[in-house]
Amino acid sequence: MDTSILLILVQDGIVNGAIYALLALSLVLVFAVTRVIYVAQGEFVAYGALTYAALDGGHVPGAVWLLCVLGLAACVAGFWQARGRRDLATTVRLLGETIVLPAGIAGATWVLAPMKPGIVVDVLLALAIVTPMSPYLYRIAFQPLANASVLVLLITAVGLHLALVGCGLVFFGPEGFRAPAFSDAMLTAGPLMIPGQAIWIVAITFVLMLSLYGFFENALTGKALRATAVNRLGARLVGIPTESAGMVAFALAGFMGALSGVLIVPLATVYYDSGFTIGLRGFTAAIIGGLGSYPGAVIAAVLVGVAESFSSFWASAFKEVIVFTAIIPVLLWRSLRHRAVEDEE
Amino acid sequence: MSAPKEDGRRGSTGMSHLWPLPALALAALLPWLPDVPSFWITLLNYTGISAIVSIGLVVLTGIGGMTSFGQATIMGLGAYTTAVMSKSYAMSPWLGLPAGLAVTACGALVLGAVTVRLSGHYLAVGTIAWSAALYYSFANLDFVGRNDGIPGIPPLEILGIKLIDGRASFVVIWIGVILVALATNNLLDCRAGRAIRALKGGTVAAASFGVNTARTRLLAFVYAALLAGFAGWLYAHMQRSVNPTPFGFYPSIQYLLMAVIGGAAHIPGALLGAAVVTIVNDRLQDVLPRLFGARGNYETIVFGILLIATLQWAPEGLWPHLRRLRARHRSIQSDAAPLVARAMPAQGTPVLEVTALRRTFGGLVAVNDISFSAGAGEIVGLIGPNGAGKSTTFNLITGVDTPSGGAVRFRGADISARPARAIARLGIARSFQHVKLVPTMSVIENVAIGAHLRGHAGALSGILRLDRTEDARLYAEAARQLTRVGLAEVADRPATSLALGQQRIIEIARALCLDPVLLLLDEPAAGLRHNEKADLADLLRRLRAEGMTILLVEHDMDFVMGLTDRLVVMDFGTKLAEGSPEQIRTNPAVIEAYLGADA
Repeated sequence: MDTSILLILVQDGIVNGAIYALLALSLVLVFAVTRVIYVAQGEFVAYGALTYAALDGGHVPGAVWLLCVLGLAACVAGFWQARGRRDLATTVRLLGETIVLPAGIAGATWVLAPMKPGIVVDVLLALAIVTPMSPYLYRIAFQPLANASVLVLLITAVGLHLALVGCGLVFFGPEGFRAPAFSDAMLTAGPLMIPGQAIWIVAITFVLMLSLYGFFENALTGKALRATAVNRLGARLVGIPTESAGMVAFALAGFMGALSGVLIVPLATVYYDSGFTIGLRGFTAAIIGGLGSYPGAVIAAVLVGVAESFSSFWASAFKEVIVFTAIIPVLLWRSLRHRAVEDEE
Repeated sequence: MSAPKEDGRRGSTGMSHLWPLPALALAALLPWLPDVPSFWITLLNYTGISAIVSIGLVVLTGIGGMTSFGQATIMGLGAYTTAVMSKSYAMSPWLGLPAGLAVTACGALVLGAVTVRLSGHYLAVGTIAWSAALYYSFANLDFVGRNDGIPGIPPLEILGIKLIDGRASFVVIWIGVILVALATNNLLDCRAGRAIRALKGGTVAAASFGVNTARTRLLAFVYAALLAGFAGWLYAHMQRSVNPTPFGFYPSIQYLLMAVIGGAAHIPGALLGAAVVTIVNDRLQDVLPRLFGARGNYETIVFGILLIATLQWAPEGLWPHLRRLRARHRSIQSDAAPLVARAMPAQGTPVLEVTALRRTFGGLVAVNDISFSAGAGEIVGLIGPNGAGKSTTFNLITGVDTPSGGAVRFRGADISARPARAIARLGIARSFQHVKLVPTMSVIENVAIGAHLRGHAGALSGILRLDRTEDARLYAEAARQLTRVGLAEVADRPATSLALGQQRIIEIARALCLDPVLLLLDEPAAGLRHNEKADLADLLRRLRAEGMTILLVEHDMDFVMGLTDRLVVMDFGTKLAEGSPEQIRTNPAVIEAYLGADA
């Protein structure tokens, strides 16, 4: 192996790692705020990618129907959960969030999609279609279980993953798709050929990380999320609505998942079930980072990306084996550090 | 207590849970009824294999509290081992069973050793990762045939007859199911199984009675893995070919779904769940593609929703709804030979010496250089306002928490760095301020956990029922202590159905089962009525007369003043005063701490 191959592998790893970092960050966020290990996040990657690809082809993506169905289900769930203590303001808000919003997005898609409005509109539309599904799912699946153990929430998330993969098949079909890159430019730096898309990916990840940092440090909602993460009961006692904190966390996770999909689909063909293995890498990174540390998750994500590109160079058949086995020494290290298992909360 | 002296097995929790077993035996005749389509027999065969895997999940998840998303992959270890041996090396399929189990056990020991020390969700997450890694190994290794797998595996053979027919497999599989159900039932009813069940009451409580919680979790993990390996062996020789698909992530979730739907804490629930999921799966695979007009795994939508709906609306699963669970009578062999009791130290010899004990949490000094001692046959009270550091002191003495400085000596030996279960072994037992009983166990089963260190039987002798004499002695001891605290009549009630004050007394009975030299009681009188307090004080006096040393945290001053020999008063982590109840009553510093300066 010479230096140029080494550099190419590292470059590849960093680009993939940036995607995994987005996923890992939102997994850490969701876990901190709601204690949900959001296994189903990978599906948002596939949904985002396939929706963008469909829009690029000038079709109305199947995800629009799913959005409407989930909005309706979230509406029913919202009425059910708040039965007996519902006032006009919250009713209007619920209807707006779960009926009007998806209807508006569906209408816009209906009008815009056949016009082939170009990459920017396609991307924004894809994000708008996929992102709201995540808070809807929070309301339907997780809100009734807000006080359940981490384990029950995890099994729920796995159930959700199962259902979403099946829905992916129904609404997107079994074919894989690719979509155009944000930029066809190609930079040369010494032996390296850096495609414009790679720069886009790293830059967007970087900007998102910075804005998340700003959000958590400065914005009131961000601070409320952090407070909820530290202590749910305490947050509720000082008047932070932990339910909407969960909703915001899930929306962010949905957005980052869909964005990852949009970013990755120019580089690789995405199928309805591709989300799981991509998500699982973000997941591995989040776990290696300890599920509690944002910088830890980002560093681990880049490591996972680099490990992946090197193992696909040396032993491509065992790429997955190597990436997923990497978690075991980390868990071992953690298990040696903990003297005993603490009580479940 | 004077129930008929049967062999202790009758009426024990397990056997009456297993009334479906005779029905199963009858069902074994099913395939020979005329006109049973072979399609149904195949379905029942799959149900049986799945049931074996789900029974493993009952032990691991429903009772042990650990979730595995990798059971199907572990099943693959057993299936591939026997496939390689019987196909590539032409050995007898029967040799594949011990080999498959050995490989599974080794794999589970490695994976388990890595993950069982972590709290539940890390374990679960770890299982997703390593099962993905194993799955991709199956799909890429040459010697297991990569994605094509291994076809043409020989069938099982009994007396020269090849079991190729679905009906023959049916008999073998369901004999396997019945054996597994019995073994699991025996396991859960023995000393090792009680330790697994005790994990539900919190690892701190279990460790305080000498349960090695990490090893117990590993036991549950390996046991579940062995059942999966066994199921894999059956699968390989029934299917007569293996490939990676049935050992991936989705089948693993399906096994979990079976356990959750049926009722993750009940053996018959696993059978029920296996039957429901297998049959529904088959129907859906038939109907849904026609509905959507294309081929695909649409049934995952239904299963995903089913899983979430079960967790939201029937988190206990279907089984408890089909059969109202009620307490069952456990008969006690009251003539069982009593357990060997520890020799108490001579009256007045020092038992507990705490010197300059310190515990800091960041900048907060919770326990600030506390020193006191207690001699054999003495009741020492530890009192002070809320937040004075009394319970932290208890945790430091019992090894639940590690001191930042100072020393705890017990009968002369320094125990300050030892883990809770080693300290329990020396003869220190405790109760908890927040009661830690196992909600899913009866009162007497909870009390029997206290006697954990006084028995020796392991899981294997429990499964084979070689431990009955010892187990009867442990239960006789539990019954004796329950009678001693005056609660013999509630022995068979679910532990957490009692009033909180009674639960505290149950905790004392459990502590007494350890045969302690030193008994630490954290607010034992809280929630008791007046005459119950008097009974408790009498009991503690009797224990003192027997030479037991008692350290007591209590807020009820009448109770403390009338009972204790000496009092240690703590305030904000420091020792405020020490002396006889009379001295403390008139101590100006104590009065100030309790009533304020102006009082």
